[in-house]
Amino acid sequence: MKKTRVLLAKVGLDGHDRGLKLVAHYLMEAGMEVIYLGLRATPEQVAKAALDEDADVVGLSFLAGDHMVLAPRVLEGLKRKQLDDVMVLVGGIVLKRDIPLLEGMGVRKVFVPGTPPGEIVKFIQGKGAAT
Amino acid sequence: MTFTTDSGIPVKAVYTPSDFPERDYEAKLGAPGEYPYTRGVYPTMYRGQLWTMRQYAGFGTAEETNRRFRYLLDEGSTGLSIAFDLPTQLGLDSDAAAAEGAVGRVGVAVDSLADMETIFEGIPLERVSTSMTINATAPVLLAMYLAVGERQGVPAAKLAGTTQNDILKEFIARGTYVFPPQPSLKLALDIVEYCQKHVPRWNTMNIAGYHIREAGADAIQELAFTLANAIAYIEAARGRGLAVDEFAPRLSYSLGCSRDLFEEVAKYRAARRLFARIMTERFQARDPKSLLFRTFSGSCGSTLVAQQPLNNIIRVTLHALMGVLGGHQAIHTACWDEGFALPSQDAATIALRTQQILAYESGVANTVDPLAGSYYVESLTDEIERRAESYLCEIDAMGGMLRAIESGYIAREIQAAAVRHQKAVDSGEKVIVGLNKFQSGEAGESPAELFEMDPEVEAKQKNNLAAVKRRRSQSDVNQALTQLEQTISRNENVMPAVLDAVKAYATLGEICGVMRSRWGEYRAPAQLR
Repeated sequence: MKKTRVLLAKVGLDGHDRGLKLVAHYLMEAGMEVIYLGLRATPEQVAKAALDEDADVVGLSFLAGDHMVLAPRVLEGLKRKQLDDVMVLVGGIVLKRDIPLLEGMGVRKVFVPGTPPGEIVKFIQGKGAAT
Repeated sequence: MTFTTDSGIPVKAVYTPSDFPERDYEAKLGAPGEYPYTRGVYPTMYRGQLWTMRQYAGFGTAEETNRRFRYLLDEGSTGLSIAFDLPTQLGLDSDAAAAEGAVGRVGVAVDSLADMETIFEGIPLERVSTSMTINATAPVLLAMYLAVGERQGVPAAKLAGTTQNDILKEFIARGTYVFPPQPSLKLALDIVEYCQKHVPRWNTMNIAGYHIREAGADAIQELAFTLANAIAYIEAARGRGLAVDEFAPRLSYSLGCSRDLFEEVAKYRAARRLFARIMTERFQARDPKSLLFRTFSGSCGSTLVAQQPLNNIIRVTLHALMGVLGGHQAIHTACWDEGFALPSQDAATIALRTQQILAYESGVANTVDPLAGSYYVESLTDEIERRAESYLCEIDAMGGMLRAIESGYIAREIQAAAVRHQKAVDSGEKVIVGLNKFQSGEAGESPAELFEMDPEVEAKQKNNLAAVKRRRSQSDVNQALTQLEQTISRNENVMPAVLDAVKAYATLGEICGVMRSRWGEYRAPAQLR
């Protein structure tokens, strides 16, 4: 059975990646393959890496309030590469009113501050992106 | 059941004179304002002068930030602290493609001197001190501040303030670097060298543990890595021929105020003592001012909780109390709503009032270092000092902090601590009220009105920038940028050339563009293990 492959990225200029790296740790601990693109990845880089790395899941972390500009671009980029079936998750400081908007655009789920990383692991396992 | 501090130091049920014998008093504590400064950097501390209440603010356009600053000053704030937006921190103009969505968002957007002039409109620079959270692009923002002073008729010698200018912790923790480590370090030292001659009251660096802590480090790592960074800067400055007693008095420091009150207070006390020893023993500093670990400290945002957010007011009160009991020179208190958005004005006011209540009502500022002599606090101070020092030995053995950073060791240590903390939260061993215990209500629910970003900020800022470009003399700009390029080629101090360029209204992006073309941009390896 193929391991679930999760691509994680900080899109935009914000450099705080403690949360994303914690999530990475938990995903690896759960046996998933994690590819981290590092800081300041562009939406295009994320889409390309999702294709090249055959990602099942793309996880984006936003803490600087730029999610409503940047998350849609990642989604568009994935669509352009016909990666519509990739599960896109967002974590970070996202106002409640933005959550349905992001989900309407195609983000599968938004995880707000305080979410135990284990919950994200379970969510990915539950949706069985690659099982 | 075992009891430990938040950073895992075992805690006994009761502490007695065997944990801190009377005979240790002179050597380990001494009088406040005297070596080894455990009890404080000044003899009278808050009796002589209260700490500076320095609230971090800045958002949107320069006009809005100017309004918030004037409000804070009217309400009794005694120092200013500017938050810059990410494009400004990364040397991008507001019209750069990569800046889209980030203009004016986590701080104020500054593209040219015109914006800095607006921020300080009606604020006489000789009467305030200004702290700027700026690192990779610090020389440009400092030059703009000096130019505003010049325009207000305030000589550089009278300007007071701080540039964070601590680039090493950007590579470790905060991620806001632009150029590779070596030229970055050169720029940081250019400020040190320039200010020593021309802006003598300026705090040239604020070497910050705060961000290292926020990245997941525990209290001991925070202290150790901050001191290791300080050692690296001091060695580099000496390598440039600067004498330690000429620049060290203008270095300042910053540590976070996290969860464990006594551990944090002990950390600040240990920091002062260990630092004074390093300065005398390692660097043979003679000027007592070189030995002072002067601090600007603030609430660790990561300890704030989005669930039941009003509880954050209580947490922030504790942060401020730690800061005061720990003897900081300036304190920032966070706003309760920071987990949702930029602070609203009401939340910013409560944060300031928290400090004022401590200062004027609680009596905690009446005497110096009130926790001294507590068997527990003294024993904890010793233990933190010992543990931090053993980290420093390890880093020395690796060949110093630059090597330790490059090898990924520091990042790995911080990540391991972040994971330890999270696991303890998962298991309930560490309690976070409202999050893993005493939950009620839903995450992301805010009970009061939040700050709303003006959706037009980006457009307004781009218009301002375009107007500046129309007004200025392009040939002056070109000439200044060419001059900067030559300065860099000759490996001279960039400050005079940057100052000329900002006065010609060259933009931040243009100035950093010259540096980028020369030094390139740094891309850190994405490290997970």
